Amino acid sequence: MSEMNKSEFPDPFEKAREERGFGEVNDQNDPVKMLLRLKDVRKTAHNWKTFQSGAEPGRIVVPSEVNIRDTRQIPFEVDPPEHKGYRDLVEPWFKRPLEAEYQEKLTEIISGVIDEALEQEEVEVVEDFSLKLQSRALTLLLNIPYEESEVWIGWGKHVFRSEDTDLDADKANILYDYLDKQIDKAMENPGEDLYSVLLNSEVDGRKLTKEEVKGVMILTFAGGRDTVINAVTNSIAYFAEHPKSLQRLAAEPEIIGKAVEELVRYFAPLTHMGRVVTEDTQVCEHAVKADSRVSLCWASANRDAKVFENPNEVVIDRKVNPHVSFGFGTHNCLGATHARQILAILCKVLAEKVGSMEITSADENIEDWDEFKRKVGFDSINVKFNKK
Amino acid sequence: MAKITFITSDNETIVAEADSGSVMELAVANSVSGIDGDCGGVCSCATCHVHVDPDHVSKTGEASEIEADMLELADNYNERSRLCCQIEVSDKLDGVVLHVAN
Ligand code: HEM
Ligand code: HEM
Ligand code: FES
Repeated sequence: MSEMNKSEFPDPFEKAREERGFGEVNDQNDPVKMLLRLKDVRKTAHNWKTFQSGAEPGRIVVPSEVNIRDTRQIPFEVDPPEHKGYRDLVEPWFKRPLEAEYQEKLTEIISGVIDEALEQEEVEVVEDFSLKLQSRALTLLLNIPYEESEVWIGWGKHVFRSEDTDLDADKANILYDYLDKQIDKAMENPGEDLYSVLLNSEVDGRKLTKEEVKGVMILTFAGGRDTVINAVTNSIAYFAEHPKSLQRLAAEPEIIGKAVEELVRYFAPLTHMGRVVTEDTQVCEHAVKADSRVSLCWASANRDAKVFENPNEVVIDRKVNPHVSFGFGTHNCLGATHARQILAILCKVLAEKVGSMEITSADENIEDWDEFKRKVGFDSINVKFNKK
Repeated sequence: MAKITFITSDNETIVAEADSGSVMELAVANSVSGIDGDCGGVCSCATCHVHVDPDHVSKTGEASEIEADMLELADNYNERSRLCCQIEVSDKLDGVVLHVAN
């Protein structure tokens, strides 16, 4: 029998969070001060004037993408008051996952992926389960034909990265070229998809430009790909090692909402996100200079023992759970409604159909943030799915 | 059974009744605009923000420290603010009036 620890996600930030409250990462000579405490993360996210998102495109992302792109991501890299115009425009569209019809279709997609896994002897979950699930679900969010998911699945796990480098401009261009083509198609032949809706909409009394439409669309791919893939894969690993939790969800489906929040808290699929400091100021009693970078470390904040009891345990029905896995304040995750529905339906259908799962081998994906090495998911993980 | 009155930011009044669950769940079930309950009631999203009528604070009780820390940074925060997913429905709440903050 293998040990039960593949689904453990240690907290590498604990010591620094308690002793100093921050950590430091060097990134292409543009260092980042990572904020580690829940209260500091929230306050800093709230204070968009001093800690801005609307800096040079790519600079708030760590590792910085300033050298590989010029397209501003919308609404992600825009500050208030302009942020609100864009956000209000897209918000209703991104709430569609609350509709019954959307949830039915998503259930079909997820049941399909689970049935395929049950048919096979063994499944490599990242490529053959999570990537498929995420891509097929994205066709619903964008309201485009299901078949298009084949194209995205074909890109593989790493749309942006090549083997030898984390930041690969040629690879990022695959996505940009693809989006240019799709936008042109929607201009010639408008439909009911998100491209067409955006092309037809207005902010401040003028139509969105093609560049702006691209800036919105890129985020549904970039922000919603690895995050969802990691959340789904890690949840499978967790339930494989905690069959009682799965049985409990089958018996008490009413706690699934809480289970989803807890899994998302524990896994924190997005480790941190940066901000550019606009004036000399202080964070957790430490001076930071104008034009330097800080980051909001969601993953660390979620393990802050000042707020969470037993922070390093998955408490599947945790009742009070003020996690920041979906961010906080102005830029809180636009895709959260979709992501939450995916995970809730995943829990429900797994509990209905799957009796047990067994991890046969796993390769961890460890992020390297200098002094912190953080496990965020798996490069690959093989699992046997057994019918109920 | 508790009768709870919600007054939305555009002054619509919705009266609803329940005997269990959270006030957020009741509001969502009755489509009270401005109460989304995105996180399902675990105190993580602040989309269930209400102001409690000053005379009614004895019915709802005070926010916990964790809830208060969330509220402090919420839009339209004031000393009467509560996250209504953290208020359990009980007979004690009967007659309470809640003003939706957003
Ligand atoms: C479990 C899955 C996900 C997690 C953990 C996650 C996490 C986050 C976080 C932490 C932020 C805040 C960034 C900041 O403050 O700078 C964010 C923002 C955002 N996310 Fe997600 N995300 C997920 C899924 C998605 C999906 C599926 C989409 C879209 C398809 C998406 C689109 C966005 C967008 C557009 C923003 C920027 C919103 C704004 O600036 O107003 N995310 N996400
Ligand atoms: C044009 C926009 C973006 C580009 C070019 C980009 C580029 C990259 C690159 C190069 C990687 C590492 C390679 C890989 O694992 O495939 C990556 C991973 C990731 N990105 Fe982005 N990114 C973009 C926007 C975003 C945004 C807006 C978010 C979140 C709101 C986000 C979240 C993530 C996450 C969670 C990972 C996964 C880390 C991992 O599992 O290794 N990305 N992105
Ligand atoms: S419903 Fe999310 S904080 Fe109350």
